[in-house]
Order: sequence, then C-alpha cells, then structure tokens
Amino acid sequence: METKFEIEKLNLYYGTFQALKEIDMSIYGNKITALIGPSGCGKSTFLRTLNRMNDLIQGVKIDGLIKFDNQDIYGKDYDLIELRKKVGMVFQKPNPFPKTIYENIVYGPKIHGEKNKSTLDHIVERTLKEVALWEEVKDRLHKPALGLSGGQQQRLCIARCLAVEPEVILMDEPTSALDPVATSKIEGLLEELAVKYTIVIVTHNMQQAGRVSDYTSFFLNGKVIETDKTEVIFSNPANKKTEDYITGRFG
Amino acid sequence: MKQQKELKNIKNTKNVIFYGLIGVLAAVTLASLIIIIGYILVNGMTHINFEFLTQDPKRMGKEGGIFSVIIGTLMVTSVGILIATPIGIAAAIYFTEYSKGGKGVYLIRFFTEILAGIPSIIFGLFGFAFFVIFMGMGWSVLSGGLTLAIMVLPTLIRATEESLKTVPMSYREGSLSLGATKWQTIVRVILPCCRPGILTGLILGIGRAIGETAAVMLTVGGSLRLPTSVFDSTRTMAVHLYVLAAEGLSMEKTYATAALLIFIVLLINTSANLISNKLGGNNGNEI
Repeated sequence: METKFEIEKLNLYYGTFQALKEIDMSIYGNKITALIGPSGCGKSTFLRTLNRMNDLIQGVKIDGLIKFDNQDIYGKDYDLIELRKKVGMVFQKPNPFPKTIYENIVYGPKIHGEKNKSTLDHIVERTLKEVALWEEVKDRLHKPALGLSGGQQQRLCIARCLAVEPEVILMDEPTSALDPVATSKIEGLLEELAVKYTIVIVTHNMQQAGRVSDYTSFFLNGKVIETDKTEVIFSNPANKKTEDYITGRFG
Repeated sequence: MKQQKELKNIKNTKNVIFYGLIGVLAAVTLASLIIIIGYILVNGMTHINFEFLTQDPKRMGKEGGIFSVIIGTLMVTSVGILIATPIGIAAAIYFTEYSKGGKGVYLIRFFTEILAGIPSIIFGLFGFAFFVIFMGMGWSVLSGGLTLAIMVLPTLIRATEESLKTVPMSYREGSLSLGATKWQTIVRVILPCCRPGILTGLILGIGRAIGETAAVMLTVGGSLRLPTSVFDSTRTMAVHLYVLAAEGLSMEKTYATAALLIFIVLLINTSANLISNKLGGNNGNEI
C-alpha cells in the first residue's frame, strides 16, 4: 500500500497556544481517512497543515516533518503551488466563487495555464459527471453558481477541486452545512472518488466516519490518540478514551 | 390593568411623535434637494440651446456658448480620475491584502484620512506651488488633473478598501487551495467582487473632481480657448460659473452652466450605475 503522507512529530502553535502535539501518522493512497474528535481537538488544524493552508494565519509556527510523496512539504525548496495543485481542499461551507458554474470549474485549470476552449469544456463535463452534478446543471453552465442549492454548491466545489487533477482531496466537514439528502449524495460520491483519489475527511459525525472511511484517526486535545482501520476503531479500539468518545460518553 | 393601559398610551404617543418628527426631517431633506436642483434647472434649462452647447464663449462669457469649457472640464476630470484610479486601487490592495499592519502603514493611512478633510483651496495652493511653478507645468490640464488626483485619492482608497474587506475569506481560501498565487487570487477573484464598490468610489471621486472650483482655478487657470493638449490651460465649468457670477457677466449663462453641470453629474452617476449592474449580471456577482 502506497503511503501518501508521512507525518512525524508534528507540533503546531498558534502564538503560544499549542494546537497540535507530537503527531505521527501515515495517510495511505486511494483510501479514505477520517479524522474524528471533539470540537477544538485540532483535527481541522491538522488537515490544513497538509496543504499548508495554515500559512495564511498569522503567528502559526510548525515543527516536525510532513512528507508528501517522500518530500518535505515545509522544506525550503518545496513548491507550494505544486503542493496545492496536488492536494486539493473542500471546505466546511460551500464556497463557490461568485462566477458562473463553468467559470468556477475552469478557474483552476486556467490559472495553471490551460487556454484551449475544448479542453476546458471537456474538463467541465468530466468533473461535473464525477460529482454527479452534470445532469442537474448541464443546461445552466453559464448561470451563477450561487444560484445552486447548498448541496449542489458543495458538489460544484468538489468538481472545482477535481478540475486541477489532484492526487489527494482534503475535506473539512464537507457535509456539516448540508441537509441529510445532500449529505448522503456526497457520502456516496466519496466511495467512487476514492478509486482515483486519496481522501482525508474531517467529520463531527461518527456515523459518517464509520460509513465512509477505511481508516479513522481519533484526535483529542491536539494529540492523536489512536489511528487504525475504521472497523477496528469502531469495534475494538485499543484506547479507553477512543472507546468513551465513540460510545458517546463525551464529545 | 389601568397602569398597563396608561403605559401603552404613553408608548403610542411617543411612537407617533417620533414617527412624525422623522417624517418631517425626511421631508425637509428631500424638499431642500428638490428646491435647489429645481431652481437651478428651471432658471438654467431655458437658456441651454444648441448654440450654447456648441459655441465657444464670447466677450468673456457674456455671449456665446461654453463648448471649450465643457471640453476643458471633461479633460481635467478625466486626467485626474485616470491618474487617481490605478494608484488608489493599488494602495487599497496593498493596505488590505499585503500590509501586515505595521507602523508605516498606520501612518500612511492616518495621512490619507487627513488628506480627505483638507479644504480644496489648500490642494489648489499646493498644486500651484508644486506642479504649476516648481515642476514648471504652468497652468494646464495636467497640473489640474494631478491636483484633483491627489484630492480624490482618499475617497477612492477608502471605497476600494471597504469593498475589499467585504470579500469573504472563503473565496481567498478557495482560490489559494487550487494552487493560485496571491496575485492571481486578487486579480481573478477578489477584484471582480469589488467592482461595484470601486465604481461607487469612482463616482464619488468624479463628483468631487468635476465640481471642484478652488483647486482647479489655481492650477488649470482660466483660459477660454479650446484646449488641444493636456499642457494647455483651460477653464472648467465650475470655475466658469464662479467667474460669471462673481463678475456679474451674465446671470443667464451662469444658470445655464450650473444646470448643465448638474445634468452631467446626474448622467455620469446613472450611467455608472447601469454599467455596474450590467457588469454584475454578466458574472453572476451577487454581492
């Protein structure tokens, strides 16, 4: 099994507050890894270290090692643009740009230099089909993306992310702002996407983690308590705290 | 029960009084606006005709039209806005997107705010001393344009900054997460969202520039000839208006000029709004 991300002794500080403590983890290719844990346990923060989105926040300090395809992504010569191209992200709240559906999807390819109209058309069709949105929007590609429903917007955001042909997709509670129907559509999608992509998903919803993921990692107070195959975590966790959280004793 | 009823009565009376007061104040505001514009238009419109619009002034403006003055006004205003717009937008982008809020930025911002409150005659004096005399540009469209540019800069920076701040962080994150650079994010996502805000700033700036008298008088001069380049002296409508009225040359022409000035300002505002709506519609901007 291919290891996509190798994380060793990762510490992250917001100013003087330490949000992540001594994290060691491996994330495997073409698998879905779920990060669970109570609010404020650092799972989103951890997710955002993987594509260096935390760089945007002032006062963040990181030490330790994160290797993506065996290269240190915080290394001096590492190409941040290339990293973000390969490691896409879907956010908690759907955030399509206030442009048309079409323009949203071709945004990524365009900034990376793709100009050919028919290639772009092709990308739009391919990605919208991948997220099962094509049938719903094919007649209104040039209408504002903000006119779509929340669930459609989120699938559009996933399509936008797929358009730059990433290897990994990071998802930060992608269904927490959506209704149950939209949620189940996106969950169904994850399984299909995992054939081609590696997925890391942060979720508050333990059933969701149980339903969709191959591996689950339990975070608590900035530490990884336990990482294992999802069935093991949910049926026979090694750590007492994991068991307490999963059975709903706190969280 | 009785007490409650009394309380309710008092509340009602208060309501009526305040409602009435606010209504009266609104009416006063509206009425003064209508009276001023109406008075100028009624007195001026009757004297605006084809000859007035197409002929140059004769006998110091007592006779003839104001063609050269209209052109002069448009030239000075355009030069001012064309210089101020890129600088203003760039400054606003720097303040909101790049600067990390150091002391230097605080100082620049502080002085920009002060700049906004300085009487225009001071700008005129500065423009006269610096552009006209020191830089040797003389009384010219360029001197006036540069002076106006400095004058409208604070308004423009402010308006752009405010609209940049309203762009949600999630758009920036979305763009950066796709591997866009900061600059690509600003140009392709953030600025398009700000078009309406920037346009509002521009309209305010144009309004201030086109009606400016003191600063322009000292830097553009008062020549009645048709300017053929930005190095020529000319006269703007506001200055012409002032000269006509102050020297009692012709009340008719004064009102006609005033009416036309109002008309042009209205025209610019409406068309800018139309353009703004149109731009928004095409790109699905709904902010």
